[in-house]
Amino acid sequence: MTEFTLWDILRNLLLATRWTILLSLVSFVGGGLVGLLLLFLRISSRKAVRVFARCYIELFQGTPLLMQLFIAFFGLGLFGIDVPAWLAAGLALILWTAAFLAEIWRGCVEAITKGQWEASASLGMGRLQQMRYVILPQAMKIAVPPTVGFSVQVVKGTALTSIIGFVELSKAGTVVTNATFQPFTVYGLVALIYFALCWPLSKSSQMLERKLNVAHRNH
Amino acid sequence: MSYQFQFNWLAQYYPEIVKGIGITLQLISIGAVLGIALGIACAWARALGPTWLKPIVAAYVELIRNTPFLIQLFFIFFGLPSLGLQLGELQAANIAMVVNLGAYSCEIIRAGIQSTPKGQFEAGASLAMTPFETFRHVVLVPSLQRIWPALSSQVVIVMLGSSVVSQIAAEDLTFAANFIQSRTFRAFEAYMVSTLIYLVLAILLRQILAVIGGFIFPRRATR
Repeated sequence: MTEFTLWDILRNLLLATRWTILLSLVSFVGGGLVGLLLLFLRISSRKAVRVFARCYIELFQGTPLLMQLFIAFFGLGLFGIDVPAWLAAGLALILWTAAFLAEIWRGCVEAITKGQWEASASLGMGRLQQMRYVILPQAMKIAVPPTVGFSVQVVKGTALTSIIGFVELSKAGTVVTNATFQPFTVYGLVALIYFALCWPLSKSSQMLERKLNVAHRNH
Repeated sequence: MSYQFQFNWLAQYYPEIVKGIGITLQLISIGAVLGIALGIACAWARALGPTWLKPIVAAYVELIRNTPFLIQLFFIFFGLPSLGLQLGELQAANIAMVVNLGAYSCEIIRAGIQSTPKGQFEAGASLAMTPFETFRHVVLVPSLQRIWPALSSQVVIVMLGSSVVSQIAAEDLTFAANFIQSRTFRAFEAYMVSTLIYLVLAILLRQILAVIGGFIFPRRATR
């Protein structure tokens, strides 16, 4: 039987961590783009569009991410596409992230006082211009801390993709456990690696929030 | 798309689904009650507790909040037996959910406690209450009332997150869906049905928590 040193275990886990990071980045950036689109739909002036966006958000926030992964994995196959795990994982995570980011950002847009909308309307701006030049620049400022905070959820969400067979940190943990029979050490290390990824994000989110509060204290 | 949707397996397999729903509900009930209790204890420790306890609780909260639930579950179910602590899959799932919700609700409840006006603590002290009595009788309930919506959302999130306990063979709703798809090869339909059930459960759970909130916190002046 092969003996595994702690370094062997750690090295293999760290190699798999690259995939966790890559998938997190793809999901976050892709989710951000889809989320922005969804935000525009969510605050559209047409009711049907608003209702559609609300249903989308409710659907993705009200069902388990794991189920969304399963449906992406098995559902896409119905169209005759051979779905690799990374595609289902990326797609499901992007759509899931978009729902949450859109809802977070909606809160930020609605926090901008009505006077700003009225003032820009009185300057003859169209709705897109209002968003582009007046509302979003202000909303983006308050949106930064919760958005960074949500990125932690995205990193943790990628762990579920191991269940549909995408080999990232969690899956590597399972594989290495099966080879070494040291679940305590392996899952402990896996948890520490996730912690090392997520904790700086959590902390910077908190720090940004505090900084913003200081900036707003005198208003 | 030439795929024919079939739902006739529902007739044969609905007992599995009902059983799965039962386990999911059982997990979240126990998880919510014990998890919130743990959260209250930790929030007290972090906001008002002795100095030596604060960093310990902070470490627990940060560790849980920054690692995936799946890994916590695996660590408890696969990792702890090597320390001599054998757990059944339901016990492990319950413990993982309590520990997880405990950490999240700690932060939520702490926010409620720390937003209590200072005068409330002073008023309690002026009535000769000990700090703990002040916490218990003056501070706690209005604090919980303020953060109840956030706490409810977190309970719903933990319920949805509980779908991963199927990975340690706890027979919840997701486990039932996996079982059915392995028997019938109707993967898409099985997951579609269970996803819709989760959606209904999430909406119902939100309503139930709102009703419970109205029951625990009858209209009262909060300040």
